[in-house]
Amino acid sequence: MQRRSFLKAGLLGALALAAGGAVYRQLHPPILQRYAMDDNARTIVAALVPAIVGPVLPQDTAQRKAVLDGAVDRVAGAIAGLPLPTQKEVADLFALLSLAPTRHLLAGIRNWREATPEELADFLQSWRTHRLGLLQTAYHALHDLVLGAWYADPVSWAAIGYPGPLKELSA
Amino acid sequence: MTSPIPDPLAAGLASGWKVVDASALDKDLTLDADVVIVGSGAGGGVTAEILSLAGLRVVIVEEGALRSSRDFKMREADAYPQLYQESAARKSKDKAINILQGRTVGGSTTVNWTSSFRTPPDTLSWWQNRYGLKDYNVAALAPWFQMMEERLHIVDWPTPPNANNGLLGEGAQKLGISFGHIRRNVNGCWNLGYCGMGCPTNAKQSMLVTTIPSALSHGATLLTRARAERFALQNGRAERLDCSALTADGIETNGRRITLKARHFVVAGGAINSPALLMRSGAPDPHGLLGKRTFLHPVVVSAATYPQPVEAYSGAPQTVYSDHFLHTGPVDGPIGYKLEVAPMHPLISATTMAGFGAAHAALLHKYPHVQGMLALLRDGFHDGAQGGAVELRSDGSPVVDYPLTDYVWDGARRALLTMAEIQFAAGANGVSPVHELAQTYTSWNEARQAISALPMQKLITRVVSAHVMGGCMMSADDRNGVTDPKGRYHGVTNLSVHDGSLFPTSIGANPQLSIYGIVARLASGLAEDLTGRPAPRPVAA
Repeated sequence: MQRRSFLKAGLLGALALAAGGAVYRQLHPPILQRYAMDDNARTIVAALVPAIVGPVLPQDTAQRKAVLDGAVDRVAGAIAGLPLPTQKEVADLFALLSLAPTRHLLAGIRNWREATPEELADFLQSWRTHRLGLLQTAYHALHDLVLGAWYADPVSWAAIGYPGPLKELSA
Repeated sequence: MTSPIPDPLAAGLASGWKVVDASALDKDLTLDADVVIVGSGAGGGVTAEILSLAGLRVVIVEEGALRSSRDFKMREADAYPQLYQESAARKSKDKAINILQGRTVGGSTTVNWTSSFRTPPDTLSWWQNRYGLKDYNVAALAPWFQMMEERLHIVDWPTPPNANNGLLGEGAQKLGISFGHIRRNVNGCWNLGYCGMGCPTNAKQSMLVTTIPSALSHGATLLTRARAERFALQNGRAERLDCSALTADGIETNGRRITLKARHFVVAGGAINSPALLMRSGAPDPHGLLGKRTFLHPVVVSAATYPQPVEAYSGAPQTVYSDHFLHTGPVDGPIGYKLEVAPMHPLISATTMAGFGAAHAALLHKYPHVQGMLALLRDGFHDGAQGGAVELRSDGSPVVDYPLTDYVWDGARRALLTMAEIQFAAGANGVSPVHELAQTYTSWNEARQAISALPMQKLITRVVSAHVMGGCMMSADDRNGVTDPKGRYHGVTNLSVHDGSLFPTSIGANPQLSIYGIVARLASGLAEDLTGRPAPRPVAA
């Protein structure tokens, strides 16, 4: 798909979604509840971690899986600490990125598990500067959740030269 | 989890302080008091101490938990969810501004960076002339600032600045830009640099270790993990305050109800939460001013790398500032800005820096060499910066709708230019304005051309805030404010507001000492009104 037509389709699709969502919410005020990431959401985050944090993951397959699992768990933990209205927005975002029509139309991703680094970077870059504020905010949410989860982990600190807090007072 | 540092909160609890963790209530609770105070931050803490010393029975309601030095392990992953509103991810309605506010006993004072400035004279002049706040002048407030400076050990900081701060001073000096050193509310500071995660050594003289313990030692009751939902207002009086107990993680209500009755109520939940409580309560607002004029000191950020290590995560976070660009024009001219630096811990640095993938990793690869400079824009003095409006979501929680206007963006661009120029003057070999379309620039000339052309737009230019003010603004004329110069809420005889939400503009400086000093005067007046006796003078233990 040409970038122009992709953007156009993306715009129309998002507008339709937004309109549909607005009508739906008028009829059904949201019941706020805790959101727990499902397998789809975990797959999306696992795909996005290397795309967002950059070339700092271990190459070894087992080590890579372990650090990815840890990062995904910390994203889930960070979401659990957000207010319920924000958890609802995060849930909506992962639903949008999971469902095939919106995933194709808005993210340009065929399959998260098999997405190439280029596809992931294109997706992130297009949302980063998207004309729809909604998608820009979604980019920022993914940026902050993933980078926050990555650099929350003391294991990540040595690579950037951060010595961590004074050990005597942080045990 | 152990710490070699004695924890005064643990000692106080052991001595029998009345502290109730609402998340552990097994039935509904009703309490009676002379005064109920909502919030335990700068406004609530100062009020609680003065009223308790005056012999009044005080109940303090705090939405956050009671955490203290034994819990403060200098880890962002723990500190942000435990100590900040919305896990430090509170945002304006359009999500263009990230807002840092505390949510813990001590409020934002438990997590702030200790920068202490008296309210600037030009801000006070504006309040006198524009809002009729005649008693808000330098001379009348000086004794109150002095009292709180003594109480909270606010003095010059004798230790040399860390490199992060020092580079601001060096660059400014080379360019002939005036700068100064920041006073801090610390006593026996270890110069660690982790003020934003709760002081692990109790050196920071936050409300957590000063006024709140003093109030509790004088018989006050502290309710934690309790959310003030709404006042029952009747015939121009607040009859009671209805609260909900929260779950241990603070995310949901747990079904227990708390009813608080008092002669007088003080709202000190901080700007955003204070007006929201009054809005949920249907407080009188005949002129549509409640929650309006909420100011954020919108902040733009410039990261720079230096050949030498900066280690911006180590050492007192803010010790050098420049007010030069607050004074280059009239206060109501093009928006002025205050320059400071930001401590750079990994999580907040990585999330604040723009971009992703290899480009993002490349900047973090130089992390120990990165300096973070910030400019806070002085909003509230011009038609182009009338602040935001607090709104309520469907669940009653607040969100601030803050328009970033062309007037504000003009200041943001000038501030990004200034910061890059100072950073290059201080010897930076690369400057990266925090902006989605910016690059790393390697010379001032390159940076100047690029920043001059960058689009200034929300969600493209990174904007953050750590200072929320206004929303319950004071005015001598009740058509111009919802509170009077004594902090009394217009139309509700036994209700006061004692926090930064009173301010009719932003302060133009880190606001904690403005809140301490102004609220000390308001609380002393309230103590005299309620007891008929002269107010007590709090002193450091």
